Amino acid sequence: MTADRHMSATPRFRDSALSRIAAMVLRHFYVLRTSWPRLIEMAYWPTMQMIIWGFFSTFLYAHSSWLANAFGVLISAVMLWDVLFRSQLGFSLSFLEELWSRNLANLFCSPLRPIEHIAALIVMALVRALIGVLPAMLLAIPFYGYSIFSMGLPLGAFFFNLLIMGCGLGLIVSAMILRFGLAAENLAWFLVFMLAPISCVYYPVEVLPDWLRVISWSLPSTYVFEGMRGVLFDHVFRWDYFAASIGLNALLMSVGLGIYLYAFALARRRGLLLQVGE
Amino acid sequence: MAQKTPTSDPLSTRPGSARRILPGAEPEKVPAIQVSGLVKTFGAVTAVNGIDFTVPAGQTVALLGGNGAGKTTTISMLLGLLQPSAGTIRLFGEDLASRRHYLLPRMNFSSPYVELPHRLTVRQNLEVFARLYGLLDRAVRIKAVVEELELRALADRRVGTLSAGQKTRVALAKAMLNLPELLLLDEPTASLDPDTADWVRAYLEGYQARHGAAILLASHNMGEVERLADHVLMMRQGCIVDAGAPQDLIERYSRQNLEEVFLDIARDRRAGFSAGRGEADLLSGGPPSDRDIGPN
Repeated sequence: MTADRHMSATPRFRDSALSRIAAMVLRHFYVLRTSWPRLIEMAYWPTMQMIIWGFFSTFLYAHSSWLANAFGVLISAVMLWDVLFRSQLGFSLSFLEELWSRNLANLFCSPLRPIEHIAALIVMALVRALIGVLPAMLLAIPFYGYSIFSMGLPLGAFFFNLLIMGCGLGLIVSAMILRFGLAAENLAWFLVFMLAPISCVYYPVEVLPDWLRVISWSLPSTYVFEGMRGVLFDHVFRWDYFAASIGLNALLMSVGLGIYLYAFALARRRGLLLQVGE
Repeated sequence: MAQKTPTSDPLSTRPGSARRILPGAEPEKVPAIQVSGLVKTFGAVTAVNGIDFTVPAGQTVALLGGNGAGKTTTISMLLGLLQPSAGTIRLFGEDLASRRHYLLPRMNFSSPYVELPHRLTVRQNLEVFARLYGLLDRAVRIKAVVEELELRALADRRVGTLSAGQKTRVALAKAMLNLPELLLLDEPTASLDPDTADWVRAYLEGYQARHGAAILLASHNMGEVERLADHVLMMRQGCIVDAGAPQDLIERYSRQNLEEVFLDIARDRRAGFSAGRGEADLLSGGPPSDRDIGPN
């Protein structure tokens, strides 16, 4: 081997946050692009859920006056729930990828800032949520003659709010993983399901006991699913629910960001950026 | 590479924290690293205990010490991955704590213990890090480092499929992407066969000669340190217990090579060296005499 070759060019640099965010998105894109089993797995569960709830809706449509008013309410609910679950999972798994590959130290001794890393994780949450639920949404049209897109613009509002809520939860999960290491990894899988019963995905808030309703109305997701039923049953978009969901999501993101940045500072104090990994 | 000339230990003031202005520095150049009173504690454990040192621009300084001496902790603090408990770090004359994100593009780091994503190919990893470091002519630069580090045959292989030695070269390629003015290397030739290790050392010498970069090197390979380092900082229990040019240390300890000096220090083979007085006396009292150094 010889080592006396010379650098062939003097590189030029640009300090750009967007470029660093794009770099991190590209890093995850490379992983997804070459891993078709992952892509299939991402779309598999939402599609299975849609098929099961579709048959159930078909059955109930003939036996339930409630469902007869809006055939697609359960299918829409399950698909929107998957938007929340997949975005939270997309955020958390993209973060976990760095720990599994023991790459955190390389990333954070580069010019990448924590806030840019978070921005990239939000983009990946969107990408993974779309990969997960879009096939199910499209397949529901030929399978059951129901298009969730018939909701129109409100669908975009619901999707946005659930995506942001998923990222807020993803921030908290990532902070816990930074703080407690991979022992907290399972939070990524079950945290969001703790919120499912009180998010009132498939039933109205009135079903809950009074004391639980207070907790339920403190979640952005509850306003989304109530808003969805408003659109499907009453053909009304509840701006008040939309505003409440946006406000609560802003609060959740602020708290999530605060917890994450605190966990990051703690990791820098305790040397965890070098230690976390498989 | 700067010529290594035997010199006496510049000066010292207090245990484990003597400020060392390394010989051979051009006075008008801002030092690459200035560390003052650096401390890192983890609960009751003091990993780094008030060290001071300066690494002039364009020089190679080696951190030597046994396991747990504080070398990696020191490097981690210099990278901003670990927050010091006390003390200041100035890189290129600027405070690391407040200017970290402006300083990081001027430096880079390589360690066999910090890995690159296994599922990405070598080229994909370099592309990602080239973007993170804000390189504009990425394709040109990646091609250059791939050729320089002789990675062309590996460029489209996933990092997870490479041998430990190949991964070390890829990590070095990552570290060279931004043409760093300061290179922090944690055991850069660990896991490499002697031929490849020799090649890497020659590469580092060539890089420094061409670009005038400063290198801080943590290594257990004494031959490597003797070859590459202008100056050595000997660490023990979080303190710098001695320093000097490699040849100077060898002469002062009346030893044949740096490995013997290392063993003297690591095994505390100095008469009268104790926690209470050893470091202060050693650092302030000039070179140890034959009486002070001896086999057990």
